[in-house]
Amino acid sequence: MALETVKKAIPLSTNHAIANAVKDLDVDVISAYPITPQTTVVEKISEFIAKGELDAEYIHVESEHSALSAAISASLTGARAFTATASQGFALMHEMLHIASGLRAPLVMSVAMRSLSAPISIWNDQSDLFNARDSGWIILFAHTAQEAYDTIIQAYKIAEDQNVLLPVMVGYDGYVMSHTIEPVITESREKVIKFAPKKQYPYKLDPDKPVSIGAITPPEYYYEFKYQQVNAVNNSLPTIEKVDEEFGKTFGRSYGLMECYMCEDAEALIMTNASYASTLKAFLPDIRKEGIKVGLLRVRLYRPFPLQKFIEYTSDKKTVLVIDRAISYGAPFQGPLANEISGAIVREGLKLNLISVVAGIGQRTVEYEDFLALARLAYEGKKHKETIFYGVRE
Amino acid sequence: MNTLEIRWHGRGGQGAVTAGEVLASAAIIEGKYALAFPEFGAERRGAPVRAYTRVTNNPNIPRTPIEKPDVVVILDKSLLKHEYIEGLKPGGYFIANTPLKPDELIKKLNLPNSFNVSTVDATSIALKWLKANIVNTAILGAVIRTTNLLKIETIINVIKSRFPGKIGEANAMAVQEAFENTIVMKLQEAI
Repeated sequence: MALETVKKAIPLSTNHAIANAVKDLDVDVISAYPITPQTTVVEKISEFIAKGELDAEYIHVESEHSALSAAISASLTGARAFTATASQGFALMHEMLHIASGLRAPLVMSVAMRSLSAPISIWNDQSDLFNARDSGWIILFAHTAQEAYDTIIQAYKIAEDQNVLLPVMVGYDGYVMSHTIEPVITESREKVIKFAPKKQYPYKLDPDKPVSIGAITPPEYYYEFKYQQVNAVNNSLPTIEKVDEEFGKTFGRSYGLMECYMCEDAEALIMTNASYASTLKAFLPDIRKEGIKVGLLRVRLYRPFPLQKFIEYTSDKKTVLVIDRAISYGAPFQGPLANEISGAIVREGLKLNLISVVAGIGQRTVEYEDFLALARLAYEGKKHKETIFYGVRE
Repeated sequence: MNTLEIRWHGRGGQGAVTAGEVLASAAIIEGKYALAFPEFGAERRGAPVRAYTRVTNNPNIPRTPIEKPDVVVILDKSLLKHEYIEGLKPGGYFIANTPLKPDELIKKLNLPNSFNVSTVDATSIALKWLKANIVNTAILGAVIRTTNLLKIETIINVIKSRFPGKIGEANAMAVQEAFENTIVMKLQEAI
């Protein structure tokens, strides 16, 4: 309790919380290209630099493809690099996502998740990030501005760990989080740097010792490079867990790899992430009053997927209802997360009823009554073969 | 207080979103939990805008739009219509920018006597101090006067740090004048 009385929260949006984390981490290079709803992240960082609160190279690039290219190159010279993106910009940098992970560039990128064109929607869903799930990055989701601030700090400690050396992206909901003011406790740079000291890329580019990296690799070798990435992503899990525990010891806040909320006496779980998780936490006490014994299974670490945590939390549950805010068109389950949970159930031989729900596409509002209806659906625990497109007009 | 939910209605450019953010910021500075967010859209100057503020002592706050507010604040006289008061809880507060007194407004809009009504001529105050019809800071004075939710000094400090220099000073004067000149008609008086 002593910690809480000493530390005072300040009002910040998630975008500004992330900009503060970048400042407090003393990031060396920021490459920036504006895209709604990410823009205020890089705007705030430029303000910090202009005011002399952060000493960094700020590169104005001509596209998001270049934004990520610049961040990759910077991190490979040993600099601590950052960029931020969303939606169409994220889609434009897709090619470079794979190059970042293939070159094992330990950079961090924040993603204010947003829908994809066409038709144009500036609103929130998670189509952009789920489009990039197989790009070899470590992927974490934040459900509050505080968690976003804390996770960006954790992300550098994870990415730069010599046993990891992978890019990390931190996803949070556009608008619903990016532009919402909420309480955030920020830490001193001294304390942040002590927790996450800069560790340079061990094979850094050096003009005095020129080398080529990522050069053409014939069939005899390419597969092994990719298999090294398989191992790197899988083996990063204990480091991610340890970093979160250490963060808890240092700052008094930790989140785990996956969170199960009001879980113990729940018969069914609703699996979701980001803003839906924070909203559901607020609604669950009222939902419970209706006699509906459900809990929240919050996805925090998405890649690598913390399968053992999933098994542990669902071991005594009958049903898991997975809410996806992205669509995997034509897939057996048409929510990407539900699809892979079905894989986990088969792999482990779990006796778990999976209900796949797609909701919130293009920020279609899901209110209390909707969460209540979904909780009821999970608690009833009936079989639903098809993905439920909740709230759509047919 | 467990939770107070405030819904703001204004027109793009009047600062309804900023008003909601300033109120939440002041609440956070006073040690409460709070959330402020606009109704997200392609914002345009002059178009009707909604914003939301939740102030609570519960760390878990829903991020959904406020359908049943405790307080409705209307920043523009063209929005003084029943459709914008919809959902206001019985016993709640209706705060309007208008030169009318609460009883005159109740009569004019034929309001039900289920909530408290406050009025302030925020437009005149804004024109006097800011030389512009940006009424968000003035209306904050009315919100604090009506609800006693937070200290007026905290609101003024947030405004001064958000708008440094002369602009902040002028806005602080607008807040103070609105705070002093808001007329609050409590429900029991109205009945």
